[in-house]
Amino acid sequence: MIAVDIRKRLLGAQGEFSLEVELHIAQGEFVALFGVSGAGKTTLLRCLAGLAEPDSGVIRVDGQIWSAPQTKLPVQQRRVGYMFQDYGLFPNMTVRGNLEFALRKGANKQRVSELIEIMALGELQHRKPDSLSGGQQQRVALARMLAAEPRLLLLDEPFSALDHETKLRLQDEVLRLQRHYGLTAIMVSHDVSEVYRLSKRVLILERGRIVADGPPANVFGASQPSGKFSFAGEILAIDAADVVFAVTLLVGNQIVRVIATAAEAQRLKPGDRVMLMSKAFNPVLIAC
Amino acid sequence: MGYDWQPLLLTFKLATVTTFILCLIGIPCAWWLAQTRMRFKPLLETLISMPLVLPPSVLGFYLLLAFSPTHWFGAWMAHIAGLKLVFSFSGLVLASVIFSFPFLVHPVQSGFQSLSPSLSEAAYTLGKGRWQTFLHVLLPNIKPQLLAGVVLAFAHTIGEFGVVLMIGGNMPGQTRVASIAIYDEVEAMNYDAANFYALVLFGVCFTILLAVYLLNKRLVMRVGST
Repeated sequence: MIAVDIRKRLLGAQGEFSLEVELHIAQGEFVALFGVSGAGKTTLLRCLAGLAEPDSGVIRVDGQIWSAPQTKLPVQQRRVGYMFQDYGLFPNMTVRGNLEFALRKGANKQRVSELIEIMALGELQHRKPDSLSGGQQQRVALARMLAAEPRLLLLDEPFSALDHETKLRLQDEVLRLQRHYGLTAIMVSHDVSEVYRLSKRVLILERGRIVADGPPANVFGASQPSGKFSFAGEILAIDAADVVFAVTLLVGNQIVRVIATAAEAQRLKPGDRVMLMSKAFNPVLIAC
Repeated sequence: MGYDWQPLLLTFKLATVTTFILCLIGIPCAWWLAQTRMRFKPLLETLISMPLVLPPSVLGFYLLLAFSPTHWFGAWMAHIAGLKLVFSFSGLVLASVIFSFPFLVHPVQSGFQSLSPSLSEAAYTLGKGRWQTFLHVLLPNIKPQLLAGVVLAFAHTIGEFGVVLMIGGNMPGQTRVASIAIYDEVEAMNYDAANFYALVLFGVCFTILLAVYLLNKRLVMRVGST
């Protein structure tokens, strides 16, 4: 059980603001942190890892105080697995060397071979990180993090550099390992589908404060009307067709054509981001 | 008067001892400078860089004053370590360490600064202590800068003249290094002897620098190709 109640002043793009977070996370939970860049997500992770210090407040994990005004548990003793945005792989060591370095004292070296197999790094194990692609480096970083047998996973956009297929496979793998070891995980993500797949709880952080907390379906669904379907899309073209207008949209990788009234078409122009919703059988376009 | 190898051997002994001591204190110092956010950092960096711009005679003059047994520092060193610093080899070493300090610290410091902070942070989250991180993660990743720093410090100590002259004097076997010997021989019109010392210094320095450039090229290529 993690109990966080901290404050820290941050300097954002729009001036100074304060990270003020009060939060409880149960053992074994997979929590996603969602929000725009500069909202304080990474700082929150760094405070939990012990890489940054809160100005005030307490972080308590399983009854042990990790951070308080007078005491601070060193990073080394927190046993967190931290996935850095730039991976933080050691360039002087091979892939296998990176994993072996991460092993705890007295740990079985077999663990390295297992992780190399799970992450499909067999072919790459004797290469140096600089010669790997972004996605490959990300896999090595995940494997290295797990090699140290962490109790808490802190993932800063862990799947951002992966292609779709690898992403799905690794997400499954991380989820499986997280459940298998009963690990608590906190993941920063910008990807709604990723949040849906991995976490049962999402926190939305805005300028240092948690503005929403709950299951992804509730949190992401709350802002929408009672539409049955809704997709985000971009307007590619608007053509006049008799008395109505045909709007061509890009939704995901699909081109969709829908009808709009003259009044709607007037408010829209190519390049606009819109939500495409289907209510019963009448598609409605709402600018977003 | 003929010439002998003694001044040359003394020069290389001085450079080796100086470089060794510089590594011991200069590398940790460079690391500290690279990561500290202390307010006095610019002041310290300025002090360390002073030998780069100061005439060696200025530094030599003040060191001479400080090392003299009548000054508290000289007296203290004599009392604590039994070291006589003026006109002695140990004095030369201390002066050379101070004088060559920026030549080692600058490249090594910029090497440390070029590393992503997540390297050491990753090592810490993996449970590794500061010392282990320093030895296994940071140092191996700044090899080219380390090499540059060590060689610059070594070569610079070989080429030292003003400071050595001020506090070392010209005592054969003690403080008469090659650069002083060259000056001495020229004054005595022994151009052959001067030429001998000069040629050896030239050859050695050229070889060292060439080796560094070749080695660095290989290091860079290895990183690029693997």
